[in-house]
Amino acid sequence: MDFFFEVLIGGLLAGVMYSLVALGFVLIYKASGVLNFAQGAMVFFAALTFVSLLEKGLNFWAVLVLTLGFMVLMAYSIQKLVLDKLVNQPQITLFMATIGLAFFIEGFAQTLWGTEVHGLDLGIPDEPFIVAGMYISQFDIIAALLAGVLVAVLAVFFNKTRIGRALRAVADDHQAALTVGIPLQQIWVIVWAVAGVVALVAGLLWGSRLGVQFSLTLIALKALPVLILGGFTSVPGAIVGGLIIGGSEKLAEVYIGPYVGGAIEDWFPYMLAMLILLIRPEGLFGEKHIERV
Amino acid sequence: MKKITLVGLAATVLSSTLVSAAPAPKDTQFVPVPTYRSGPYSAASTAMFGGYMDYMAMLNARDAGINGVRLSWEICDTEYKTDRGIECYEKLKNKGDKGATSFSLLQTSLTYALLDKVAKDKIPLISMGSGRSDATDGEVFPYVFPLVANYWRQNVAKIEFIAQQEGGVDKLKGKKIVNLYHNSAYGKETQKILDAQAEKYGFEVEHFSINPSTGTEQQGIWLHIRRIKADWVLLRGYGAMNPTALKEARRSGFPVNRIIGSAWTGSEEDVIPAGKAAKGFIAPSFNAGGADFRVITDIRQRIYADGKGNVKEANIGSVYYNRGIVLGILNAEAIRTAQGKFGNQPLSGEQMRWGYENLNITDDSLRALGAEGLMTAVKTSCKNHEGNGKIHFQQWDGEKWTIISDWMDPDSSLVQPLIEASAAEYAHKNNITPRDCSKE
Amino acid sequence: MLYRECGQFKSSYKSDSSIFPILQDKIGILSLLAVAFFIVPVFANEYWLGSILIPFLILSLAAIGLNILTGYAGQLSLGSAAFMAVGAFAAYNFALRMPGIPLVVDFILAGLTAAGVGILFGLPSLRIKGFYLAVATLAAQFFIIWALTRFGWFSNYSASGIITAPPIIIFGYEFSSAASRYLLTLSIVSVLALAAANIIRSSVGRSWMAVRDMDIAAEVIGIKMLNTKLLAFAISSFFCGVAGALWAFLYLGTVDAQAFDLARSFEILFMIIIGGVGSILGSFLGAAFIILLPILLNVFFSLFSGAVHADTISHIEVMIFGALIIFFLIVEPHGLARLWQIAKEKLRLWPFPH
Repeated sequence: MDFFFEVLIGGLLAGVMYSLVALGFVLIYKASGVLNFAQGAMVFFAALTFVSLLEKGLNFWAVLVLTLGFMVLMAYSIQKLVLDKLVNQPQITLFMATIGLAFFIEGFAQTLWGTEVHGLDLGIPDEPFIVAGMYISQFDIIAALLAGVLVAVLAVFFNKTRIGRALRAVADDHQAALTVGIPLQQIWVIVWAVAGVVALVAGLLWGSRLGVQFSLTLIALKALPVLILGGFTSVPGAIVGGLIIGGSEKLAEVYIGPYVGGAIEDWFPYMLAMLILLIRPEGLFGEKHIERV
Repeated sequence: MKKITLVGLAATVLSSTLVSAAPAPKDTQFVPVPTYRSGPYSAASTAMFGGYMDYMAMLNARDAGINGVRLSWEICDTEYKTDRGIECYEKLKNKGDKGATSFSLLQTSLTYALLDKVAKDKIPLISMGSGRSDATDGEVFPYVFPLVANYWRQNVAKIEFIAQQEGGVDKLKGKKIVNLYHNSAYGKETQKILDAQAEKYGFEVEHFSINPSTGTEQQGIWLHIRRIKADWVLLRGYGAMNPTALKEARRSGFPVNRIIGSAWTGSEEDVIPAGKAAKGFIAPSFNAGGADFRVITDIRQRIYADGKGNVKEANIGSVYYNRGIVLGILNAEAIRTAQGKFGNQPLSGEQMRWGYENLNITDDSLRALGAEGLMTAVKTSCKNHEGNGKIHFQQWDGEKWTIISDWMDPDSSLVQPLIEASAAEYAHKNNITPRDCSKE
Repeated sequence: MLYRECGQFKSSYKSDSSIFPILQDKIGILSLLAVAFFIVPVFANEYWLGSILIPFLILSLAAIGLNILTGYAGQLSLGSAAFMAVGAFAAYNFALRMPGIPLVVDFILAGLTAAGVGILFGLPSLRIKGFYLAVATLAAQFFIIWALTRFGWFSNYSASGIITAPPIIIFGYEFSSAASRYLLTLSIVSVLALAAANIIRSSVGRSWMAVRDMDIAAEVIGIKMLNTKLLAFAISSFFCGVAGALWAFLYLGTVDAQAFDLARSFEILFMIIIGGVGSILGSFLGAAFIILLPILLNVFFSLFSGAVHADTISHIEVMIFGALIIFFLIVEPHGLARLWQIAKEKLRLWPFPH
């Protein structure tokens, strides 16, 4: 029984990490209706920039600020060069544009900083705690706490500040927001910049866990089932979705995996997501979509 | 305006049909370098082929080539994909005066894909330190050379090492060994021989695969490994899978010094990203690491002093880099051997095959080359395309690899019959009449 | 002046509804086919035939398959490479376990198997739409590749999971040279492309387009969702399956499931985006673009050999790819095919400007 809880807790904590990435997706989708496939590439770019600057010998905080600057610059360029030109296109077109963007950012990151695998030591210890005979990873707990803090900050930002309210207005109805004088383009730059910050946090945590390397971009693929479960527009949904996916994935790998030769962690979340979609086509927390003919 | 740009762009691309790439320089021995420079495995390939090209460049600079015949080479990026690899092969196989010298691959799935083609095109395929292991049998595979130590032999060495650590071969009985493998041709190749060894020595073996495309999610597997209380884990990973495995092992409490990697998980590039988690990790290698060799000094003086090196200077001397030098030495000595029979001129693939089959690199010749201690003696023959290179084990202490065993010569009695049986099966399935080495 | 319909009168319904009603179009297509069949194999070298033209044709076929599903029926799919994999492995298994069957029949059976799998994974499309469906197709992509690698039966228990195609022998003639394989591929692809074009023009195609444009309205006027969507998945997967079988048999010779991974699915998606979503010609143009672009970049950069490090070239290629996708989506969302259409329209008026 102990083992079960150990796997479950490990899975839940991993799930929180997935939610971090999914959070970036949710932010952008909420505000601009774009499913940003390039979020994974942004996580990779943020982590790689951070680690490369760190390796050049700069101070930790200086590097953090510099990388944040990079992400904001990236958000601005994406807004100006891509989103502005695709304003009234259907969602599918925007999605495909973000796929192109993902490739571009991946290539750019590697052109700029090279392809080596970098270790990232954030100073967070990685030895396990032993609680009641179960191994619990210190790192995961701290990551979960950081994610919690991030979510809390975002919640405050959205609910208590003017910009946050403007973002929610834009998410509700673009036209109405324009009517009351909310500058749409600026808001989108802000949203993408915030998503970039989230990507940076996710990138640092994941990079520290797995090493900063190309497969970070594939984390985005793990975030998609999370989004399906949690709905594309719900922040608490992203958290809950992440917990469900993380927990179920690990349990499946440990209990079902050995019977089918392992490696089911890849497709299990997707299959789970698909099955849930069959029951609830909008995901567990998604908004009910009313189609007008 | 934009539409015109678009049309122009499309036209430019479609007109690339009319352009062709540059030919190889005349009177040189042309060597294709099928490497992969992006993606999760690029670290190993960049390092190894970097060493390979550095060695060839050094030979050109220091000795004006081999007996006066300079070497030329061209990189082709296979992206670790079989179809790109085949494209590279087709593009480069006929380049140079007499065609490609050899194809040195670090990509097992591509090796498998090219088996028939190289036999037809008569170009030696060198898969140093890899597979397929049964290609050691030169009668069935005249053009494939898994030089120095093939996968099966490496595996026998690993089990012998474990036996040493446990206190004897008889102590292996009842132990649990987990084979955590990369779900590709490379990863799968040792399953059969592990099962055979398990039967012979009485230990239990469990096989688990990790999907290559992500390779990052291993938490579940390591928890399972801890649950079944495995004694040893054979980490048969590649690229990004390795540091992840070491980290997850540490997080789930499995002792890292009970993890034995493969020759392709045992270099600085694999362990540094894992940070503290890699301390204690053991890996076999058929070459030594370190920059303390005359041949490396020569490379530094002649190539890096001019800034023409192929890897970052800090990475010179890593295990993979030195492996590239070993590959360079094998290639150069094969050319030299073949030149002894066919004359000092650019040689064809068929002539090179003779060279690779009659390699005799002794300790003396290694001393002359400035590579004493870098690798062990290699002697190939028509029937033995591997050469019986020795294997030693090294352990990562957080900063560098320390050698923790002697040069081992693994027991062939288990491997040889498997090789012959597997080669015979391949010959039967593909209607190949094996050549008779005793008649050549 | 040259491209005029004047004087071309149709005297039967049959001739009016032919696929290329304008005589100049007919001549154009026939000469293109004549060049492709008779002139190219004589003049092109082995590298061109074997490594450029054959993959171009096969990927165009896969792109046509994806176009049917995504372009005409509006169901976004990110799993087309998985269906190619199904086709490849199915063809291998049919050839292996039922050796008496002619190879072309193997390909058709492979296509039908892929169609069956396609229907299975297409069932969710009845409940799920848009992005959610894209994610469901990703489930198909990952699961199918895992299954093909995991269960040794599919690859006849080979140690490495790699399948090797048998020699291509049809009616006693062995297709081993690049030219012969090219001609075989060309024949199969042109027949299937023609079939696709005709399906699109029929009522089936129109019902797909109705579903794409406004599926609720389509249902209201009596188009059955179940049949239409599943038929789209089936036919699309059939094309992808045959493409996969051709990829394994006529191009690579040996293939493992990893050759049909997510990157390949994206590649095919890019082809239809660049070539033109919802256009058969677009599938060919997009495939040509994607295949030739890396070669062009390689040649271009080899001009600066030494100045640009080899690593960087592959990364710049990826960047250019991504940038081009975005560029195409901004400038011409309907792809290269639309450019061709515009050219034809201008040609009708030429030499007058409007």
